[in-house]
Amino acid sequence: MSLLIKELIYPFDPDMIMQKRKSLRRRLLEGSDDHIRKKIAILGGYTTSDIKLIMELFLLNNGIKPEFYESEYNRFYQDAVFPNLELDEFAPDIIYICTSNHNITAYPRMADSPEDVDRLVSDEMNRFTSVWESLKNKYHCPVIQNNFEMPYYRLLGNMDVTDFHGRVNFLTRLNVLFSEYASQHEGLYICDINYISADCGLSKWSDPFYYHMYKYALCPSAIPYLAENVSNIIKSVFGKNKKGMVLDLDNTLWGGVVGDDGPEGIAIGPEVSEGQAYSEFQSYIKEHKQIGVILNVNSKNDMENAVAGLSHPDGVLRPDDFIAIKANWEPKDRNFREIASELDLLPESLVFIDDNPAERHIVEQIEGVCAPDIGSIRDYIRVIDRNGFFEVTSLSEDDIKRNDMYKENYQRAKLSETFTDYNEYLLSLEMKGEIKAFAPMYISRIAQLTNKSNQFNLTTVRYTAEQIKAAAEDTGRITLYGKLSDKFGDNGVVSVVIGRQEKNECHIELWLMSCRVLKRNMEEAMLDTLVKRCQERDISKLIGYYYPTKKNGMVRDFYERMGFEKLSSDETGNTVWELDISGSYENKNKVIDVEE
Amino acid sequence: MTREDVYEKLHEVFRDIFDDDTIELNDETTADDIEDWDSLEHINLIIAVENKFGIKFGMGEVTTMKNVGEMADIILERAK
Repeated sequence: MSLLIKELIYPFDPDMIMQKRKSLRRRLLEGSDDHIRKKIAILGGYTTSDIKLIMELFLLNNGIKPEFYESEYNRFYQDAVFPNLELDEFAPDIIYICTSNHNITAYPRMADSPEDVDRLVSDEMNRFTSVWESLKNKYHCPVIQNNFEMPYYRLLGNMDVTDFHGRVNFLTRLNVLFSEYASQHEGLYICDINYISADCGLSKWSDPFYYHMYKYALCPSAIPYLAENVSNIIKSVFGKNKKGMVLDLDNTLWGGVVGDDGPEGIAIGPEVSEGQAYSEFQSYIKEHKQIGVILNVNSKNDMENAVAGLSHPDGVLRPDDFIAIKANWEPKDRNFREIASELDLLPESLVFIDDNPAERHIVEQIEGVCAPDIGSIRDYIRVIDRNGFFEVTSLSEDDIKRNDMYKENYQRAKLSETFTDYNEYLLSLEMKGEIKAFAPMYISRIAQLTNKSNQFNLTTVRYTAEQIKAAAEDTGRITLYGKLSDKFGDNGVVSVVIGRQEKNECHIELWLMSCRVLKRNMEEAMLDTLVKRCQERDISKLIGYYYPTKKNGMVRDFYERMGFEKLSSDETGNTVWELDISGSYENKNKVIDVEE
Repeated sequence: MTREDVYEKLHEVFRDIFDDDTIELNDETTADDIEDWDSLEHINLIIAVENKFGIKFGMGEVTTMKNVGEMADIILERAK
């Protein structure tokens, strides 16, 4: 990951992005060697070439190198529903159906009865449903669908929203149906252009001039907003979301400087309007804990003052809402790196929130780290929100509990300091494991893990939820998920293994583990169960593969540690390993009580 | 605004759009003279020029402009 291109971080200048697209692309490609590659099919209802080009910029800035398929002008329906060799061959990882209200087949007329209009609604809905179903059946990949922006004019004025003949009413009904369908079908995501067009301003979003001239359903200067919005969904699906925030305190979480003004002198709470604004911001930050975003503090303050500020009676955030609190006089980039390493996270997965441009400048020199220009307190929420750092595409139970889990890890680290014998420490954790074949309730968590685990990941193969489901149903595959809990709490699903049976051999296509359970003997427990499942199938050999990436150096010797023998290696560092399990096998894990 | 001013700004826009600092424009320059000037880039170019000068081309003008000279003529007339 190289330095981010700041011109693409909200608040951005959309006209500048359009004009300098080529040089931005050139700069982005220079740092794209270790990006994940994804094939994206855009099936459009209007001219999408510029949208594609600008999406590429935002995706590259998020660590994804896209390859595109683009349908001919307004051929989204045909491309989806009828045989399409070109798209079959392309084999998309994700499909984006980029339509607008220009693609509505028929709007109600004033002479129509309610039943006529109901039929129009269901006809339109059926047309789109057949597109989604056909794509799902053919390509088994996630599909993103634009909903509808509000119409350019309202024949009935305000009545357009209440009367069933009105276009506002009609489009609103369809939007609700789209949302309902998406909420009930995994793998369909709505790109909410109804929201972003409103945010942009409808008359700035689309202009009949551009539609008639170029068949652009949106104005050129609105294209970056759409491209950013859909790219956020894509990067979230492929595990590129940020995981947490690192926040400054003075003039970021409250007005004033707690060290100078004292805790009673800072602006927070209902007394003054500035204090209200900071309270609202603190609430907004705190809400992020509910979606698994972890919060940390990085402030130039004495610890005592920092805690006093965070304990202000009118404040919303409390010291224990944070995992790591760094309040000292060290350079902020140093604190930032330390926080990341203490949490076992890459620095790029944390966003830096600070009102001071100089501090932001220092921290954003760390590769991949985003430190948005949050402006002044009136802008903070909008800037963080519109950047979509934490775009939710699936919400697993683990996400909701993540803050607790990180906190528990802190407690474990403290406990370990009191033991001289590591094994004794592990036993004191009273660990319980659950290692079983993939179950439906864990599919989304498993897919999420395959997309975001970089360090303890032997092959770094990425899977969508659909592919995980397919693997689970494949009798030729052995799938295992591993859950781990201990006396401090439940870590949830932390390890995943997929093996492919070939006669008496099991080829390990995927083996990963979350770094938060490193050195807990979970990998040994996974191997024990894998061996057991294999022996039940009369498999006598495990074949393991290690494919090096920039990030998975920690498992280079993993198979050797597990007792495998090296079969071969090539010049790029790929290695193949074998473990003979034809004889008796003694379990390696002796500290986790495993339920299989 | 003089014709020289117009050309100075046009150079800026063209060089950004085509990411090529060596582009030199004159009245006779057409799409044939710039390698990447296809119909898609034409749209981007028109829009960037409009933004740069704070003007709007008419629907007819966008399709009938023959060369950069005609574009400069319209800009000079519109941006008075």
